[in-house]
Amino acid sequence: MEWFDALVQGILLGGMYAQYALGMALMFGVMRIVNISHGDLVILLSLIGISIATAWGLGPLPVLIVLVPLAVLMGWVLQKAVLNRVVGSDPLPSLIATFGLSIALQNLMLQIWSANSRSLPGHGLESQSIEIGGIYVGLLPLIVLAVATGLTWGLDLMLKRTRFGRALRAASADVEAAAMTGINPRAVYAMATAAAVGILGFAAVFQALRSTVAPADGPAQLIYAFEAVIIGGMGAIWGAFIGSMVLGISQAIGFRIDPGFGVLAGHIVFLIMLATRPQGLFGKASQ
Amino acid sequence: MTTVLSTHGLFAHYGDFQALYGVDTELHQGEAVALIGANGAGKSTFLRSIMGLLPVAREMVRLNGEPVGGTATDRMVQKGVAIVPEGRRLFTGMSVEDNLRVAVDQAARVGAKGGWTLPRLHQLFPILKEKARTQVQSLSGGQQQMVAIGRALLCQPRVLLCDEISLGLAPKVIREIYAALPEIRATGTAMIVVEQDVGLARSASDRLYCMLEGRVTLTGKSADVTREQIGKAYFGAGHGVV
Repeated sequence: MEWFDALVQGILLGGMYAQYALGMALMFGVMRIVNISHGDLVILLSLIGISIATAWGLGPLPVLIVLVPLAVLMGWVLQKAVLNRVVGSDPLPSLIATFGLSIALQNLMLQIWSANSRSLPGHGLESQSIEIGGIYVGLLPLIVLAVATGLTWGLDLMLKRTRFGRALRAASADVEAAAMTGINPRAVYAMATAAAVGILGFAAVFQALRSTVAPADGPAQLIYAFEAVIIGGMGAIWGAFIGSMVLGISQAIGFRIDPGFGVLAGHIVFLIMLATRPQGLFGKASQ
Repeated sequence: MTTVLSTHGLFAHYGDFQALYGVDTELHQGEAVALIGANGAGKSTFLRSIMGLLPVAREMVRLNGEPVGGTATDRMVQKGVAIVPEGRRLFTGMSVEDNLRVAVDQAARVGAKGGWTLPRLHQLFPILKEKARTQVQSLSGGQQQMVAIGRALLCQPRVLLCDEISLGLAPKVIREIYAALPEIRATGTAMIVVEQDVGLARSASDRLYCMLEGRVTLTGKSADVTREQIGKAYFGAGHGVV
């Protein structure tokens, strides 16, 4: 029962990681843009959300409704102003540019919000739980998992079925050939990054609800997102979701073995994965 | 005769390396022009310069009289110039249908009008309907070439640039693909066909240009130019034998 509980908790934790990983799956897995500021954007959005909630006395849902469009706009500006200048076959320029952005964002946040940890008041939502089959499950983690599943489903469908999705997959496969087919790759990339950061708007609200956030927390979230995407396989949206579950379950089981071992267990599973199946669970082996 | 596409003293560079030295060409409405020449003569560079894939001056390329040199590639497609690129350049990891639908989507987005639809393309190349759900990388070379041609046609071009569409294909498949060109021309689309095989190039075109080391060395009606003339233009002076 104790291990079954760990498994359930792991899946719920995986729901949170999936929300970080989806944006990464789109940017890194599909567009091959390495965005080092990924985690810092989550934290920035969390802190903005907390400030909005405090200033206007808003509950979690109104904060989410305000924050997601703001995140979409941030993503669009990020691509237009920074990433479109460095995107190309070489991943190094985007890595360096976003590494710089990451440091700048962390210091900016430190300046505005100080180093204190904050969280978003959930008005009791964070402490409610329901009993399922003899174990108690938090309501908030269940909502997080449900939202993560919905976002994964929606993003996967968008990539497979929509004009925008096809254009993005085409541009990722061969950017020059995409232009020869009438696609403006920069416009498509700007929309894709807007979608990716928009998803981080969801992650930001839930992260601030279930835990605390401080300006220096970003890099840890970045690592989890990277690990989930690589475990799942590059370019596979559901892969990133399953990768997040693997990471969440590994950490939860690790915590049961020893409370100090949880995060490390996740990293170890990631490293084993990288050594034995580098293309990830759902990725295709490179030709 | 109306000129749809023309180049005027077209110069192009890859970094410090100059690839084209003042190329003058013109393409008339509904015409098929062959561009022949040895490897490295600048044929692909010529097509890439037109498509905005290499930096060239605005006045060097005109489309329906309008200077368009150096226009972004996607804008050139919107203006009615499509290319079947060398090496096909299909979107790997996507199905035949999705590869084609990318072009349909973009044509719809910019409101491009033309006669090409998926059903019509399936009449031209029936195998594309049969293989609609197949990933493009598992098709044969000839089938891939058909997808590449189909993708370009679905951009609804008034000018179609074909870059070595026979490259690496079996003679039977080459005949099959070249048999589709007259039907494409019948829609009023003008064509520039870059081809290594001189015989094939002559039979598929009204006029031809021969290039050598970045310059046009021969131009004339495909039916009129002699093998000796082509031999000279193809290899340069002193290599007059084909």
